[in-house]
Amino acid sequence: MSKSYLSLEFIDKSFERNGVRSDVLTQVSLGVEKGEFISIIGHSGCGKSTLLNIVAGLTKATTGVVFLDGQVVDAPGPDRGVVFQNHSLLPWLTVYENVSLAVDKVFSRTKSKAERHDWVMRNLDLVQMGHAKDKRPSEVSGGMKQRVGIARALAMEPKVLLLDEPFGALDALTRAHLQDQVMQIHAELGNTVMMITHDVDEAVLLSDRIVMMTNGPAARIGEVLDVPIARPRRRIELATDPTYIRCRSAVLKFLYERHRLVEAA
Amino acid sequence: MSVTNLNIKSDAAAKPSASIVTLSRAAPPSAGFRMPGFVKTLADNVLPPIITLAFLLVAWEFLCSSPTSSLPAPSRVLEESWALIVDPFYVGQGTDQGMFWHIFASLQRVAVGYALAAIAGIALGTLIGQSDLAMRGLDPIFQVLRTVPPLAWLPLSLAAFRDGNPSAIFVIFITAVWPVIINTAVGIRNIPQDYQNVSKVLRLNGYEYFTKIMLPAAAPYIFTGLRIGIGLSWLAIVAAEMLIGGVGIGFFIWDAWNSSLISDIIVALVYVGIVGFLLDRVIALIANAVTRGNVKA
Ligand SMILES: Nc1ncnc2c1ncn2[C@@H]1O[C@H](COP(=O)(O)OP(=O)(O)OP(=O)(O)O)[C@@H](O)[C@H]1O
Ligand SMILES: [Mg+2]
Repeated sequence: MSKSYLSLEFIDKSFERNGVRSDVLTQVSLGVEKGEFISIIGHSGCGKSTLLNIVAGLTKATTGVVFLDGQVVDAPGPDRGVVFQNHSLLPWLTVYENVSLAVDKVFSRTKSKAERHDWVMRNLDLVQMGHAKDKRPSEVSGGMKQRVGIARALAMEPKVLLLDEPFGALDALTRAHLQDQVMQIHAELGNTVMMITHDVDEAVLLSDRIVMMTNGPAARIGEVLDVPIARPRRRIELATDPTYIRCRSAVLKFLYERHRLVEAA
Repeated sequence: MSVTNLNIKSDAAAKPSASIVTLSRAAPPSAGFRMPGFVKTLADNVLPPIITLAFLLVAWEFLCSSPTSSLPAPSRVLEESWALIVDPFYVGQGTDQGMFWHIFASLQRVAVGYALAAIAGIALGTLIGQSDLAMRGLDPIFQVLRTVPPLAWLPLSLAAFRDGNPSAIFVIFITAVWPVIINTAVGIRNIPQDYQNVSKVLRLNGYEYFTKIMLPAAAPYIFTGLRIGIGLSWLAIVAAEMLIGGVGIGFFIWDAWNSSLISDIIVALVYVGIVGFLLDRVIALIANAVTRGNVKA
């Protein structure tokens, strides 16, 4: 059997607190091909962030293995660029310094100082944040912070880009704008992307496949949906695209009919 | 003040600004007429304290004006201690020096003791902030030791150093070190998981993590500790010098008391107060400069 580029195999995760064990994930297996854009969707608290953290190496799976490009993932590293749920920029550094911290670390041996500077600027320009390079995170808007977070992750040239609800805290207009930017970057660079989202439209618009998780506790992968819409995709045209509508209602059905969020489970 | 129990680790514990209280100003009433901006700020900020001061001086003058009063009135202070006031740089024999030299000698002791306390405090605070084992081992001991009054250390340090100067410096050190340790440790324990995750993804090594994440993230807390520490140092030096003698503002006060020069004591207290205030401001200014922009983004 040939392994996928990113391969999650039989991941179980349970947390233990004060001797009480709670199962969060059970038997999660998933293969992601190189260059593929995958979304993970599911209700709040089902374990999406936990799954992403396991791929990032920030959390250890209780059982199961993650392979990336043939290597076992057992610690965090710059080959998996993470954009965190709440941007996680360092507030005492400027926008430029936040990205250069990553670039200087990852390319300390392979790029000269001037090359590293150009590379930081390239990535800031990619998310159209070059103009604000000397601002501090507290001085830019939420959408801009998230863009810098994306630039920081991209600048590490990761094998896979992990996005944890990157646009969750943004207003609809900013969100649409950033979704377009991410699509464009994905088209340009061909990254492998794993994105967590709550938003059905976002999932269908951006993804090649949508992974739908059942509700916790002990969440599993309920269904994986192919999104066979040609790229480049334009949101206005998609609104009436029959495939888009079919995918969208499939996800909605899964989330709101078959796996409604059970309160106080 | 700096009473922070490390075992209670919560986001609310010891917010950096919580320890040092400055009374905030209420919003100014909208003025009916306009003055040039800086003149107005000056008037707003300088006039009230001057008026208060004048009022207090007048009240004091009035209360102590009788010839039999046990404390001198301001006019008598000026009269009796005029030489002391006008010539702070006077150089005489032994402890007979101008006010400047006494303050200078005290500041030197504080500088050495405080610098040592800052270094040791940040190092130990980092240790117990980072390591649960170190915290379990050291925190209970620190919590007990920090309640020992500064002057209680003096006889012990005199016995150990057999000399006044290092003993005074040690007292400063032991006074200032606790708030620095405790606040540094709290700051480091409160570093958000996000920042630690960033450093893990980038695979920062220990040194890089310390300088690029830990110190900046904990800086507001560390400076709170440093600011409390400088205040305590200045409190302690005056008391310690009363006992060890030599040139220094504390001994000057004690000496004046023994010579019944009450006016000189009052002049010295004014100096002590102003210098203490300035020390606090200096640390606050450094803190502002260093942690500039270090707000939650
Ligand atoms: N360190 C931990 N210790 C104990 N339980 C945890 C821990 N981290 C997460 N959990 C539990 O795991 C479950 C899944 O959490 P997770 O953050 O992965 O959810 P999520 O799907 O990302 O939710 P959201 O959409 O709200 O971000 C939750 O019930 C949470 O309480
Ligand atoms: Mg989450």
